[in-house]
Amino acid sequence: MHFTINGQSFDVEPDIRTSLLDLLREHVGLTGTKKGCDHGQCGACTVLVNGRRINSCLTLAVMHQDDEVTTIEGLGTPDDLHPLQAAFVRHDGFQCGYCTPGQICSAVGMLDEAAKGWPSHVSESLDDGALTDEEIRERMSGNLCRCSAYPNIVDAIREVADGARDERRVGEEAAA
Amino acid sequence: MKSFDYARADSAEAAVADGGSEGTKFIAGGTNLLDLMKLQVETPARLIDISRLDLASVEATEAGGLSIGALVPNADLAAHEVVRRDYPVLSRALLAGASGQLRNKASTGGNLLQRTRCYYFYDTTSACNKRAPGSGCAAIGGFNRIMAVLGTSDQCIATHPSDMAVAMAALEATVVTLKADGDRRRIALADFHRLPGDTPHIETVLEPGELITHVELPPAPKGRQVYRKVRDRASYAFALVSIAGIVAVEDGRIASAALAFGGLAHKPWRDPAVEAALVGHTPGDAAFAVAADALLADARGFGSNDFKIPLARRTLIATLRELTA
Repeated sequence: MHFTINGQSFDVEPDIRTSLLDLLREHVGLTGTKKGCDHGQCGACTVLVNGRRINSCLTLAVMHQDDEVTTIEGLGTPDDLHPLQAAFVRHDGFQCGYCTPGQICSAVGMLDEAAKGWPSHVSESLDDGALTDEEIRERMSGNLCRCSAYPNIVDAIREVADGARDERRVGEEAAA
Repeated sequence: MKSFDYARADSAEAAVADGGSEGTKFIAGGTNLLDLMKLQVETPARLIDISRLDLASVEATEAGGLSIGALVPNADLAAHEVVRRDYPVLSRALLAGASGQLRNKASTGGNLLQRTRCYYFYDTTSACNKRAPGSGCAAIGGFNRIMAVLGTSDQCIATHPSDMAVAMAALEATVVTLKADGDRRRIALADFHRLPGDTPHIETVLEPGELITHVELPPAPKGRQVYRKVRDRASYAFALVSIAGIVAVEDGRIASAALAFGGLAHKPWRDPAVEAALVGHTPGDAAFAVAADALLADARGFGSNDFKIPLARRTLIATLRELTA
């Protein structure tokens, strides 16, 4: 089977039952993605497939041979952190750190969904995707943190969301 | 997980030609099927991967409604601009279900076919007529907080867990299928899921190998649309009671009403008597109480889910107030 993960090609022959999560951790050595519940309830295994966040524990590796998979290792490096990684450090958005790769991959996908104007359960109007703290909490409800670092996780995500919005506004003003 | 053979289907026709044999299952998003396979509640001998079939678009129908491909992810359907504008009850129901990650993966067809979250169905050491026909029902007389109060049988008191299907029931959607012999079939959503009766392991009217290809919505209904969900957590939890309501008021009277209920039964629940109690009447708590009486006339609790009966009553009245305010 052939896989593209973080822009790199991998050829491996895992058992047909192998989840995408186990492929990453056990077959290609990318252990940044974590196994929590292994049943799609905790979000620790969240990765991006073709830019969309999914639970890698609840999908078969064999079904993703034609996809672009991005894990926490593909977002940033210790010397060049992704803005969300930097914000999680700055805001202390973790304690033990086990849920953090999933939180960050999920937040990347979530910010993209919000930028597309997708509403959420708590959106007052279905046409309004403004990212209030309540919106961030609802949209991140698929990621649990047993250390309960939630307030700082929301702070970190809000900072990056506000920064991206400000950048877009500067870009639009420059264009105008 | 038990091992299985895997094949990717190149076309819907090839999938159904191959899909009817014993122990064969289709897999699309896989979020429920793989969960159950890990627990060996599901043990298919063969999986046919339909996830790459060309069934992922949403298109207008000639009748003025909407045709939703079976592989449209729940997230995309909730965000689709026509769904948001014309069928907001469907957007709201989808957004009330699962998590962002799951909605990105879960398909429209798979959502309709998801299995119950009854604890005893999931626990392979418990009796369960749905998982192991004839073994009994551990939920009756067990801990049954999340179980059904309408349409139950002495074999099974499980609920259908979908939010999306409840909205589609109120919208009077039609499930379009392709059968193993190549024929197409159109099934009203109200007739798609079965009550448990003596065969709770048979949950829909689909035949072996029959594939859902689309769900069709009729033209946008008149009136206001609301989806209200009551659950144990504010997010990412199944419904204890949910209601999809579409009500039009004209000249001070209820002109039309479509109400479907989740969390109460083995299928999205609709009862013409509830709607008949409302149509032609002046909106208000008097009419709403009659509708609630009609809904719950035959309701039966099993101990720890007794609370659902008064909860359904209050939720219906609150939803009707919102729909007619």
